[in-house]
Amino acid sequence: MLYWLQKNLPKIVIAPSFAVILWFVYGFILWTFYVSLTKSKMLPRYDFWGINQHFRLWSNPRWFTAVENLLIFTVLFVGICILIGILLSILLDQKIRAEGFLRTVYLYPMALSFIVTGTAWKWILNPSMGIEKLFIDWGFTDFTFDWLVNREMSIYTIVLAAVWQSSGFVMALFLAGLRSIDDEIIKAAKIDGASLYSIYITIILPMMRPVFMSSIVILLHISIKSYDLVVALTAGGPGTSSDMPAVFMTQMAFHRSEIGLASASAVMMFLTVLAVVVPYLYSELRRQDASS
Amino acid sequence: MQVADKMHFEALERSASRKKIFYRWLLFLVLGLFALYYIAPLYVMIITSLKSMEEIRQGNLMTLPGEIIFDSWKTAWSGRGGIDAGNVFLRPFFWNSIKMVAPAVAISTFFGALNGYALTKWRFKGDNILFLLFLFGCFIPYQAILLPMARTLGLLGISNSISGLVLVHTVYGLSFTTLFFRNYYISIPDEMIKAARIDGAGFFKIFFKVLLPISAPIIVVTVIWQFTGIWNDFLFGSSFSFGEAAPIQVALNNMVLTSTSIKEYNVDMAAAFIAGIPTLIVYILAGKYFIRGLTAGSVKG
Repeated sequence: MLYWLQKNLPKIVIAPSFAVILWFVYGFILWTFYVSLTKSKMLPRYDFWGINQHFRLWSNPRWFTAVENLLIFTVLFVGICILIGILLSILLDQKIRAEGFLRTVYLYPMALSFIVTGTAWKWILNPSMGIEKLFIDWGFTDFTFDWLVNREMSIYTIVLAAVWQSSGFVMALFLAGLRSIDDEIIKAAKIDGASLYSIYITIILPMMRPVFMSSIVILLHISIKSYDLVVALTAGGPGTSSDMPAVFMTQMAFHRSEIGLASASAVMMFLTVLAVVVPYLYSELRRQDASS
Repeated sequence: MQVADKMHFEALERSASRKKIFYRWLLFLVLGLFALYYIAPLYVMIITSLKSMEEIRQGNLMTLPGEIIFDSWKTAWSGRGGIDAGNVFLRPFFWNSIKMVAPAVAISTFFGALNGYALTKWRFKGDNILFLLFLFGCFIPYQAILLPMARTLGLLGISNSISGLVLVHTVYGLSFTTLFFRNYYISIPDEMIKAARIDGAGFFKIFFKVLLPISAPIIVVTVIWQFTGIWNDFLFGSSFSFGEAAPIQVALNNMVLTSTSIKEYNVDMAAAFIAGIPTLIVYILAGKYFIRGLTAGSVKG
């Protein structure tokens, strides 16, 4: 008995955590899946209703707005963050004296919550007293800036604040990648007469492939889950013009008593994350296997 | 002829070094402009919080306060006092957040360390699959577990309470803490463990006497990661609590949204700054570990 206990102690130690993960992660996801196939409104009901909720979801104009916004947001957010990240990391890698200080400045927004970020930007973008007034005071008297209350533009204010919050992080990832490159490669290329520009384009950036991959996955992950920033900055408005899937989900779940529909939208979000993460994890594991 | 050549060469060199200086300045200009972009919102936040509403209406985002007043800070932290009922202020919610963060961070870090240890130093059949199952928890969109979690908290009788939030944050932090410790312990040579085993040390003795003493860096990384994540959380806070049990981010959002009487941007900014101070301090004091956590928490596969 004692021997058995000793032999299995590692498993016994890990068992409670594993049970918790099984129940709270996998069990809950299955529950959500199943409820998305029922008629549940305010309370969950467990009689099977086929994929009707999913039909309802995809014929809901608000959901369409949310998905469309997610696409716009994702393309811009990921693209701009990567561009800024690459630019800043390459510039910082030129043996700058104040590097440590600048790095701290570029990265600190990451320590702030999206609610704090949203609150600050909401004030900065205030249609009458924010940036607009600043430019008018500076002499641009016809300057207008009403993105926050403009249905067509509100989604871009979320991009603006999100890029501010997360781009420094991409810079840090790329800087770490650049630092791991052997200086000899660059020296050799320089001796061959290659310009610094072409060295970066043809040699260094292609070597950054893993960093590109992980940055893109992380940023995609952040954008699919975007919730707090939307709530704090525009609350999905004006109207539903800056709605996102995560906002839609919580609205349906907690304010509209549409548990079935909310679950259907959660399932969609889950599948999207799965489509991004599984191939990534798979390639990462293969890479690790190959290197070890 | 030779002299002319030499002069030509020197001129070339001069123009090359002038070009170099020009690029150097350009480099600093671009870096400086970006620094301004990142600093500006913090600057605006702070100076706005120090102005009176009167001054805010007269000036613009960038104008410095003519007279520095801390009234908005006081209002944001402890309210106006007196009869002004219904005005939200941060102090009680700040303490809520602390009461939520401390146990959640401690418990999830402890179990993460144990799991990481068991997964790497006492390999058993299927341990890699087990780890993958843990790892997957890092990536799920929490919307997929929100509704069943709300019901579970209700059944356990801890919905809308700090203990409920502690449970939620501990559970969903486990994946990350296990990942951190597993990746740290895997790089520690097995010989250390073997030697201790030969000396007759058992599972827990090795953990507490051999591994924990050398785990300081990863403990710091994990604690910072968990602290920042839980302090900044809004989704769980707003889904599972309201009223008095809300954590600070939820209270901040409520404060900014409540549109009674006139909007006080100075109080909003002071409140936002107060809600951001703890994580900012951690970042400034332990930036290195903060960044290490960010990269480890999101890159590793």
